[in-house]
Amino acid sequence: MTADFLLNLAQAIINGLLTGMVYGLMALGLSVIFGVMRIVNFAHGEMMVVGMYLAWMGFEYLQVSPMLSLPVIAALFFGAGYILQRSLISPFIGRPEHQQFLLLLAVAILLVNASLAIAGPDSRGVQMESQFDSYELGPLVFDAVRLHAALAAVAIALLLWLFFTRTRTGKSIRAAADNNLAALVVGLDVRRLYSFTFGIGAACVGAAGALMITIIPVSPFLAVEYTLLAFVIVIVGGLGSMTGALLGGLLIGVSEAVAGLLLQPSLKSMFSFGLLILVLLLRPQGLLGKGSQ
Amino acid sequence: MTSHKTFTRRYLGQTALAGATLIGAPLPLRYAAAQTTGNLKVALLLPTSGIQAQIGQACRRGADVANDVFTDMKLPVKLEIVNYDTESKPDVARTQAEKAIDAGCQMLVGAFDSGQTIAIAQVAEQRGVPLVVNIAAAPQITEQGYKFVVRNFPTAPMLITGALSLHKEIFKVSGKTPKTAVMMGVNDTFGTSMVNGIKALFPKLDMPYEIVDTITYDPAAKDLSVEVGRAKATKAELLIPVNRLNDAKLMIQEMVKQRWEPMGVMNPGAPGLYEQDFFKTMGKYSDFLISNVPWLDPKSAMTQSLEKRHAAKFPNDQLDINAGFTFEGLLVAAQAWITAKSTKADALMDALRKTKIDLHVIIGGPIQFDAKGQNVNIKAAAVENLKRKPTVVMPAESAAAPLVFPMPGWNDKRRT
Repeated sequence: MTADFLLNLAQAIINGLLTGMVYGLMALGLSVIFGVMRIVNFAHGEMMVVGMYLAWMGFEYLQVSPMLSLPVIAALFFGAGYILQRSLISPFIGRPEHQQFLLLLAVAILLVNASLAIAGPDSRGVQMESQFDSYELGPLVFDAVRLHAALAAVAIALLLWLFFTRTRTGKSIRAAADNNLAALVVGLDVRRLYSFTFGIGAACVGAAGALMITIIPVSPFLAVEYTLLAFVIVIVGGLGSMTGALLGGLLIGVSEAVAGLLLQPSLKSMFSFGLLILVLLLRPQGLLGKGSQ
Repeated sequence: MTSHKTFTRRYLGQTALAGATLIGAPLPLRYAAAQTTGNLKVALLLPTSGIQAQIGQACRRGADVANDVFTDMKLPVKLEIVNYDTESKPDVARTQAEKAIDAGCQMLVGAFDSGQTIAIAQVAEQRGVPLVVNIAAAPQITEQGYKFVVRNFPTAPMLITGALSLHKEIFKVSGKTPKTAVMMGVNDTFGTSMVNGIKALFPKLDMPYEIVDTITYDPAAKDLSVEVGRAKATKAELLIPVNRLNDAKLMIQEMVKQRWEPMGVMNPGAPGLYEQDFFKTMGKYSDFLISNVPWLDPKSAMTQSLEKRHAAKFPNDQLDINAGFTFEGLLVAAQAWITAKSTKADALMDALRKTKIDLHVIIGGPIQFDAKGQNVNIKAAAVENLKRKPTVVMPAESAAAPLVFPMPGWNDKRRT
């Protein structure tokens, strides 16, 4: 192996890690909601697209950078997620899975069509000077936008971890996730905790949307692709595991980048799905499955 | 109830005034009055939404001023143009073509993209309605023996041959010749035709460089970091991109970020690098990229009229070959209508086969179709982005500015 090849490989891995970190954040919300409520959010990608549109509107009409609008969008999504769970999803907890699936699919279709009606079918992107920037570390180059997004993703994941391990509400949510009946017996308001959890999951998706708009333009039909990607990530990492979602994101990001370098870039998606099949065959619960949050 | 008209002095005066107005009217008005009775109903099928929306809309602008230019050029015709959106999807293109024919359109014009055009061509052939292809390069469109299809756009091999010949000219003029090149191509119908065409024609054209890698990617790609990383790793001195608008933006953005500065970026006849939205998004990084494509002939009177009408109607939009070729597609339809004097498909098709239009807008000989329905008289020009404008730098007789090659670095002072 030549030094050039090793350098190219290292560069591909760095690019993959940065992309994978953002993928991980995107999948985090899906994993949090499933881990606690055992509900699979089939409107996940659509919610992220709404987050992207909000960040785009903030940039386009108010000249606010998506990084600055991120906390506002996350807060809005938390509120919307809380209300959505309380009003619409709550009655479906405990119902057959196909009913939950249809409900969230209906929410997804509503979101796509609302985006289409409001923003139209064309791609919308933000244009920032930083989109052409990169940092150099010796011979390696770090894409500035992806690096900022990856750092934000790490910070958000860290905040979530602190919330779930250090706060009373976080611990209560984990308790409710571990044993719903025992949580009710000790007097926890499980309904409120579920709404809180869905709000947190939605806030993660909104934050991911604000970060994603700095990397790719948004269009209403983007959602399906990213719902699928989020599912691949959480299944590889372990559905319900926060750490698993981040690990899954990193694995998918790096495998795509390395496959692109070693084989053909147009085959890179094949590797994500190949990895998914392997995990389903060898470790169906995912790499870090079993409630590691 | 009966009506009586009294022949008064006042009535006589009014009649005389109307007659004098008509006789004294400017020529274009008289031509409009003399236009062919009844209209030819033309369906214009374009991707005005979806991933190719911006280019589709640029094409549409050429159509929106077509009748005005016909009036300027004293062509006694007015087309009834009905717009159909293909949503950048071949299946929708097919449905829309069916819909247009059901709605009584007598001729189809479109559809910018090869995949969508192939879908429309099949419908045109099945339903026996003439299709004039404005832009689409996949060779099979005119290689399948279709009886109702003509194309006023070069095939992929024509684009490639013209473009690669210009590459050699550019190296000769600049005195700098790259030894290696990497090709990056979108893997849709057009991209695949172009990439395969380049591979097939390359050995025959005696090119001074070697293609060290060919990298293909999805047309809906949202991120080309992996692809550009791989291209950079080849250390090629020249990038030959076969792209569309969105991926062209992603590609150049990644090149800047990954600090890859080859000797040049030279497009072999694909869109993307000369589009208005590309200039808007890429800013100073759009300069010094070269497209080897058919281009508008600035010396043609019809181009000048098109420029004038386009600028008046769309002051914020740049006239480009998308609008130019779409206008020419309608010009071909109009000429066929004038010749055929009928809206019957066979008569229109017969007129299309006999087309010979000397005065038009794209550089090249007269618009004429060979037995397969292909116009073989279109020539390529080297169009370099200079000061955020596509500028003809070759051939010398049409050049509006001197060539800049090799391309200055991304942070060079010449980029302002």
